[in-house]
Amino acid sequence: MTEQRSKSAEQRPHDRITAAIVAANQRGDTAIVAFLTAGYPKRDQFRAQLMAIGAAADVVEIGVPFTDPMADGMTIQRSSEGALAQGVSLRWLLSELETMQRPPAPLVLMSYLNPLLAFGFEQLPAAARRAGVCGFIVPDLPYDEGEEFRAALAAQGLALIQMVTPVTTPQRLADIAAVSQGFLYAVTMTGTTGKAVAVPAEVTTYLDRVTAVSPVPVCAGFGIRSAAQVSKLQSHVAGVIVGSALVEVLEQGGDPAAFLRSLRSSV
Amino acid sequence: MKPTHVQADTARLLADEIAGKFPDARGRFGPYGGRYVPETLIPALDRLEAGIKQYLYSAAFQQEMTQELATWVGRPTALSYARHLSASWGAEVWLKREDLAHTGAHKINNSLGQALLAKRLGAKRVIAETGAGQHGVATAAACARIGLPCIVYMGAVDMERQAPNVGRMKLLGAEVVAVTGGDKTLRAAIDEALRDWVADPTDTYYLLGSALGPHPYPLLVRELQAVIGREARAQMLTQAGGLPNAVFACVGGGSNAIGTFVPFVADESVEIVGVEAGGTSSALGRNAATLVYGRPGVLQGTYSLLLQDDDGQIQETESVSAGLDYPGVGPEHALLMLAGRARYESATDAEALAALAECSRQEGILPAIESAHAFVGAKRWARENPGKRVLITLSGRGDKDMSTLQRTLLGSGAAGASR
Repeated sequence: MTEQRSKSAEQRPHDRITAAIVAANQRGDTAIVAFLTAGYPKRDQFRAQLMAIGAAADVVEIGVPFTDPMADGMTIQRSSEGALAQGVSLRWLLSELETMQRPPAPLVLMSYLNPLLAFGFEQLPAAARRAGVCGFIVPDLPYDEGEEFRAALAAQGLALIQMVTPVTTPQRLADIAAVSQGFLYAVTMTGTTGKAVAVPAEVTTYLDRVTAVSPVPVCAGFGIRSAAQVSKLQSHVAGVIVGSALVEVLEQGGDPAAFLRSLRSSV
Repeated sequence: MKPTHVQADTARLLADEIAGKFPDARGRFGPYGGRYVPETLIPALDRLEAGIKQYLYSAAFQQEMTQELATWVGRPTALSYARHLSASWGAEVWLKREDLAHTGAHKINNSLGQALLAKRLGAKRVIAETGAGQHGVATAAACARIGLPCIVYMGAVDMERQAPNVGRMKLLGAEVVAVTGGDKTLRAAIDEALRDWVADPTDTYYLLGSALGPHPYPLLVRELQAVIGREARAQMLTQAGGLPNAVFACVGGGSNAIGTFVPFVADESVEIVGVEAGGTSSALGRNAATLVYGRPGVLQGTYSLLLQDDDGQIQETESVSAGLDYPGVGPEHALLMLAGRARYESATDAEALAALAECSRQEGILPAIESAHAFVGAKRWARENPGKRVLITLSGRGDKDMSTLQRTLLGSGAAGASR
């Protein structure tokens, strides 16, 4: 314990996530967590895309494709199917990450639970750490079922980033916030990913409520697509998660870094 | 969660199952079950669980349910002695006639009960998924009866092979939404229904059609389908003069089977057998025999057995019966198998179709292709247990399968071959 504290406490992978978000805030920016599905649209462009996105974003969230992405809207479903069709798997992704030059931004993996179970909770945390992964987001692993995986990740210093939603009760919100590491993922709305979300007062009130109880930075996700939204959210959360909109830019052959930078251009 | 957990004390698991201890407070049947859903759905599942505790066993609910089952569904359904099958199989064969229930299958037991619950919980709309269309039709009927708007998600492939049921749902006032993503069958329909529910978890009631999904659905569906086994057990005692030596039911998600099995679990002398869809072969992707060929994993909210590849990707399944064409199975079946209380086997498409023809010709009952799978298992058992008594749950009628039967049995002229 003492050794950890004295030497490498700030290097624990989950602290890198928090530090990256805090650093963005300190320079006056809303942190950007950028999502891409591993190997989509083209598997052989994954390394280049990750480097480009990782240079423009503060944290990169890499989606592990799954056959049944039940929390996701059409764009992420399509990207998941497209990646699977090219043979992308968690095993492939970890081996790519382990062998490539990685961007400076910390990496987190988003995966539904079953591919993680199939890989094995015994082997996964160490393999992920070797690949430079700092944490996981698992949309179908709610807080109550997450203890075993949380403990396995903690042994390697990796975060299990928890999600809360507008319908999460206050007590539950406090419980979840207390165990989330890296950041706390505040889902902006009830629904799946991808649909543009308006930012009415009830959303910012909810986000303020989440921020007030969270010991780690709060990032808002689901439906974030424009600089206008980001500027409205700016004073309520530490960061935003941009997923479907970025995947669509990649699909259309656009410049992901330019798109990410455009989200921060204050109007 | 880990496969090592599965090396549990099976005797203890069986004792707990017989004692009615499952699901436990965490929604588990031994290692299986649980609640693996997006955070958005947790409050809705909590409300449903509280609603079950508050209403399901209350006198008022039970009275309304019993009344509706008797005067609208047509319960109790008959227990028929299968005279000709008994003679040709060399065993005493009894059929629990869920095909006689309103809308033609056991599905109505669950749909009615959940619709009554939805009303009490203040739902403004009901959504459902359907594979063969039987659950969709039953839910559409129950919602019409109770006065709730109903939306049914159905895979595009299933809409084509079960076209008559699509029309029935529409006539009963339901909106049928074609699901074109994923595998375009039952699994994709459940994914899409879950997405709908995630968008409106407060006012929408998800009326899940099988004994699977997140807790408390496996419990709720079992409780509503257990009427099958309770009636059958009592009818066996009076009509047959004793318990069966074995009970057979087909297993897709496993709702008619769990409803049949649970009331017999404590009867040690009764062998319990589920029959899954063996499709065209034992190869991954060519069947839907989850308990026979699957491995533990999480799909659509529950930890159970799954047909999946080494990367944990869910496999497409193959079965002539849309109602069994699903890569997962209810967690209580996984427990019954683990505890050694039930065994599970499979019947191929060809075997099921032959059994359907045999039952139709010999007993004057056209069973659903799903139900015919149970006959295949029972016939095998009868051959090895001459003179013994077997109960088969005939989960639904085969009228919905006419387009498939036109293509297969009637097309090849095999229908008359069994006599």
